[in-house]
Amino acid sequence: MIVFILCFILFLVGLFGLLTSRNIIKIIIGLSFMEFSVYLFLVLIGYIEGGQAPIVVEGIDIQMIVDPLPQAMVLTAIVIGLATKAMLLSTAIRIYKKFRSFDIRKIRSLKG
Amino acid sequence: MEITLSVLLLFMIFGAIYALFASDLLSALISCGIVGYGLVICFLLLRAPDLAIVQIVVETITLIIMVAVVLDSTRHDLREKVLIREKGNSYINAKYVFNVLTVLVLALFFLFFFNQAIDKLDAFGEHTTRMAKAYIEQGAERTGSANLVTGILFDFRGYDTLGEATILFTAVVGVLTILRLKGHK
Repeated sequence: MIVFILCFILFLVGLFGLLTSRNIIKIIIGLSFMEFSVYLFLVLIGYIEGGQAPIVVEGIDIQMIVDPLPQAMVLTAIVIGLATKAMLLSTAIRIYKKFRSFDIRKIRSLKG
Repeated sequence: MEITLSVLLLFMIFGAIYALFASDLLSALISCGIVGYGLVICFLLLRAPDLAIVQIVVETITLIIMVAVVLDSTRHDLREKVLIREKGNSYINAKYVFNVLTVLVLALFFLFFFNQAIDKLDAFGEHTTRMAKAYIEQGAERTGSANLVTGILFDFRGYDTLGEATILFTAVVGVLTILRLKGHK
């Protein structure tokens, strides 16, 4: 139970960074903290006390294998997280080249 | 197991808080690495070796890209001042208060749904694998892969992986488009 709550606290720390920072890099960092906490939460759900990794070998007790389904889904989510973070960072590079600053308060003249 | 994970998670939370309040962007990124690699250790403890390998690779790549971005531009952090000094008087910044209030409201909002989710879930470590029962029992025979995670990812849920590959391709095209040197006049 306490690990779930700590996971939620990590999510809230990421949310705080996302909403109160004025620097694009810090906002990306806060977003990645939120992502990490969600991955960890999903994997925590599938854990069995004293469980084995989901790899079938000779003589393994099939009842004591941890749930492989959340692990497969989180694997997909991690790779998609990398893709979105690469997009965000390239946008940040573009914004720095145009405005000479990472400050989101100065980025007001956005137009097509 | 729960205590080990809690200590690790506390360490990660302190790293996260330091990353958000560091005045140098480079040290903020390094402490972001604390959280990412702490997650790797958590995955190893939770018996998820595939996830640990993928997370190490992804975290290293993102850290390198982010450090390259920061070194190429500026290392200064910009933050909203909590106190504004004007003619000798100091006021509390209204914008900062508004941001913190928004965070609190959203935190209460998420806390409500977190509570509801936790009520329905099994306690930590007592999970019943009823969703994945068929995968665990027949996965190895039907897919021919000893590793159940790869069996699910590439066989039972192959279309998910196809969608993931599409998203990766779209992201690469998007990055190349954004970073293209010449634009339309």
